[in-house]
Amino acid sequence: MAAVEVSEAEKVYIMHGVRDDLRLDGRECEDYRHMEIETDVVSNTAGSAKISLGHTDVLVGVKAEIGKPKAMVPDEGYLEFFVDCSANATPEFEGRGGEELGVELSNTLCKVFNNRHSLDLRSLCICPGENCWVLYVDVLLLQCDGNLFDAISIAIKAALFNTRIPKVHISEDEEGVKEIELSDDPYDCMRLNVKNVPCIVTLCKIGHRHVVDATLQEKACSVASLLISVTHRGTVTCVRKMGGGSLDPESIFEMTEAGKRVGKALHVPLMELLQKEESLGKKRQKVGFLG
Amino acid sequence: MAVEMRLPAVHKHISLAASQSNRDDKHLVVPGDVITSDTGFMRGHGTYMDEDRLTASVAGEVERVNKLICVRPLKTRYNGEVGDVVIGRITEVQQKRWKVETNSRLDSVLLLSSVNLPGGELRRRSAQDELAMRDYLQEGDLISAEVQSIFSDGALSLHTRSLKYGKLGQGVLVFVSPSIVKRQKTHFHNLPCGASIILGNNGYVWLYPTPGQQDEEAGGYYTSMEPVSLSDREVISRLRNCLLALAAHKVLLYDTSVLYCYEASLPQQIKDILKPEIMEEIILETRQRLVEHEG
Repeated sequence: MAAVEVSEAEKVYIMHGVRDDLRLDGRECEDYRHMEIETDVVSNTAGSAKISLGHTDVLVGVKAEIGKPKAMVPDEGYLEFFVDCSANATPEFEGRGGEELGVELSNTLCKVFNNRHSLDLRSLCICPGENCWVLYVDVLLLQCDGNLFDAISIAIKAALFNTRIPKVHISEDEEGVKEIELSDDPYDCMRLNVKNVPCIVTLCKIGHRHVVDATLQEKACSVASLLISVTHRGTVTCVRKMGGGSLDPESIFEMTEAGKRVGKALHVPLMELLQKEESLGKKRQKVGFLG
Repeated sequence: MAVEMRLPAVHKHISLAASQSNRDDKHLVVPGDVITSDTGFMRGHGTYMDEDRLTASVAGEVERVNKLICVRPLKTRYNGEVGDVVIGRITEVQQKRWKVETNSRLDSVLLLSSVNLPGGELRRRSAQDELAMRDYLQEGDLISAEVQSIFSDGALSLHTRSLKYGKLGQGVLVFVSPSIVKRQKTHFHNLPCGASIILGNNGYVWLYPTPGQQDEEAGGYYTSMEPVSLSDREVISRLRNCLLALAAHKVLLYDTSVLYCYEASLPQQIKDILKPEIMEEIILETRQRLVEHEG
């Protein structure tokens, strides 16, 4: 990830601040920065969302294609993730510099989102064993200011909520050859139920306490962080430890409890905002990228 | 624990009625705009000749001095001048010098002969001093320095040959555009609200707790790792958010504007200052007070 250098004295200042529950920008340890979310920003996708969390900007696009289901689960569709770390974010990502980070992000997202507990993958099936919907989720990192996982997961949830998959029906002619027909009406589509889609909360350990939504400076002071994906009911679906430092079991337990609490509280305002945006319909003023 | 999500809003330009006339006088250009077709002018920085027409190559304000026309860009890397106060971060420790990153096109240079030795002695730098360079300034350390001279390739040569310059201790670094920092007689201020500020000309602004009397003689060698008190911390966080608000609305940064912004932000909570509508409110009040102050 793009890293900033901090001097020893700055690190000491940040650690003491976290200990006193007052971070550099006045937030408490479990506060998020200012978030702005907009969906339906890219016109030629099935669903899209753009989020800016502080100075971190992420764009997610979802495209639905018809493909062959996996052999182990013939009656389910699946999701494919690809994260593109654009050189816009930081010069380190130029050329193949962002590949390592992109692959790490894609693998983690796959683990968190691509399972039947997060999304009803059965609804993506068209013809068991032969055809199913494959959702290609593309994530573009535009600006990097810490806390990539959280921003990406919220954007993915918003994009999946916004996704409209056209309804198909299968017709079989006399020889038994199946044909898939897409309905002509562009508004005749099916929506996904994103109620159980989890959100990722990253907790960075700084000193003896942990912070949520760390900026790049705070990340430079922390040696280990815990990534927890939490659903709206507070169920933890995936836990991952990142960073080279060690965490003792008590810290892990404390951080998991905090992560559950913070993650559970993310879902309600997000769904409310998405419903509100949808209810505005055509009256909504689209901001996009030139706001 | 607070989570705030909202839909994005179109950014509105806020302006005071009194400053309307000021805005009309400014000649703002974007790259490609023709400044003048008159061939009698000499072209300065930020311009180029395109078929006998003087065209701008950067986005900014046109400045005219007699026959010289140049364009001063709003967002640019720091172009150093001799005598400027800058804040930099050490990136490399080389044989007889340190390489310092100062938000300019090339890394600046801090020669070993341009720093003060401990104890303030004046002597020739020996091989021992060279080996002990890392004990004084390491990679990642922050320093405040003055520009001594400019090399022919444009790299700056810095010096810390005064007790007020040197290694910086605990505090917060804020990044703004160099063109927003106003050129003044002094860049070191002890603000009455309880913190101190160094406004570097290169766009790096350093906020730190006002040192007590006994620390004044240290001269930059001793950095205190004592915890800073909570009240000082709150002042510094508030100042940091105010600086970011001023930079976002392109208000010139100097001690008075920072102080007015701080006072205007007192009724708000520290973390709310960065919310767009509260930022606009605070900046509007700051601008009004600044106009009254000048008038």
